[in-house]
Amino acid sequence: MEQEIVFLTLLGMLAVTYVPRVLPVLVLSSRRLPAVVVAWLRHVPVAVLAALLFPALFVQEGRIDLGLDNLFLWAAVPAFLVAWRRRSFFTTVIVGIVVVAVARLVLGGG
Amino acid sequence: MHRSPIIVLWFWEIPTAIAFNRVMSVEIESTRRGVLTGVSRALPIVLGYVPIGLAYGVLAQKAGLSALNTLLMSLIVYAGSAQLIAVGLFAGGASPLSIILTTFVVNLRHLLFSAAVAPFLQHWRKIDLAGFAYELTDETFAVHSAQFASEGVPGRAEVFATNVTAQVSWVFGTALGILVGQVIADVKPLGLDYALPAMFIALLVLQIKERVQIVIALLAGMVSVGLLLAGLDQWNVIVATVIVATLGVALEQWNKK
Repeated sequence: MEQEIVFLTLLGMLAVTYVPRVLPVLVLSSRRLPAVVVAWLRHVPVAVLAALLFPALFVQEGRIDLGLDNLFLWAAVPAFLVAWRRRSFFTTVIVGIVVVAVARLVLGGG
Repeated sequence: MHRSPIIVLWFWEIPTAIAFNRVMSVEIESTRRGVLTGVSRALPIVLGYVPIGLAYGVLAQKAGLSALNTLLMSLIVYAGSAQLIAVGLFAGGASPLSIILTTFVVNLRHLLFSAAVAPFLQHWRKIDLAGFAYELTDETFAVHSAQFASEGVPGRAEVFATNVTAQVSWVFGTALGILVGQVIADVKPLGLDYALPAMFIALLVLQIKERVQIVIALLAGMVSVGLLLAGLDQWNVIVATVIVATLGVALEQWNKK
């Protein structure tokens, strides 16, 4: 991988990450964001997370895979349950990782 | 008797100097206490950042990023989920433009965090605000916004101590991950390739507070999968997010009428 291109990409990521972080505290101290912008931004986290998650769970090698051998999909069940009941970010990630690791150990391969 | 002005000045200066020293030492003492309180507020964040930072470090190594770039991303971008997503995109050979735009969309939520704390920090200097915003993450926002609203804004030293401690732990986790990544050959037996999906599940479930958000999640997920299968493999996340967030606003407006 071309590390200079990676570095330039990092600079771009810095810019697009820092501007939304800094702009409101600098300019919004007395004004507020328009209501429709706030409403739109409120939907972004849920939408973006689901848009990232669903392909990771349901799509394997370019097609929808609901088979029992789709480990990523079935490991999501205990992860969802733990996230729902415990409301803990850390516990959810650990449970997901451990379930996948153990399933591979037991089933072999993966 | 007539004293010279210099002596008067000198007499005046002793109590002033004593008072000044007392104020200074009280101030230093309270700053020190503020820093300790700020660091302790960051400890729950540290417990989450070190292992996730480690997972990021390992995966970045496996994706082919140099150790320097891996560490730099944690220093200059400093956005957990976006960094892991970017690593996934780098590994898949995505173009720099699509990586930057995906990062933009994933990190747009910071606009809301920043807007929410802005009214509390009106009395801060611009330079302090710029430094504060640099380390504004989901987790530091959660800690600060709860505190600002209930107890008011503490001293700058305390606020910055929380933020710096959090980022130091993230960079430390990253460095550990780089070391671990150089030792282990394959992340699969450890299940580390599931760190990212598991993180999405955790963040998604913790975000959902109303029923309408479940609808938004299902729609965005399905649109994203649909676009991916239709061949839009670098843009499915951005396009699905924009379409469904807009649809969500339209539905809410329509419901009100």
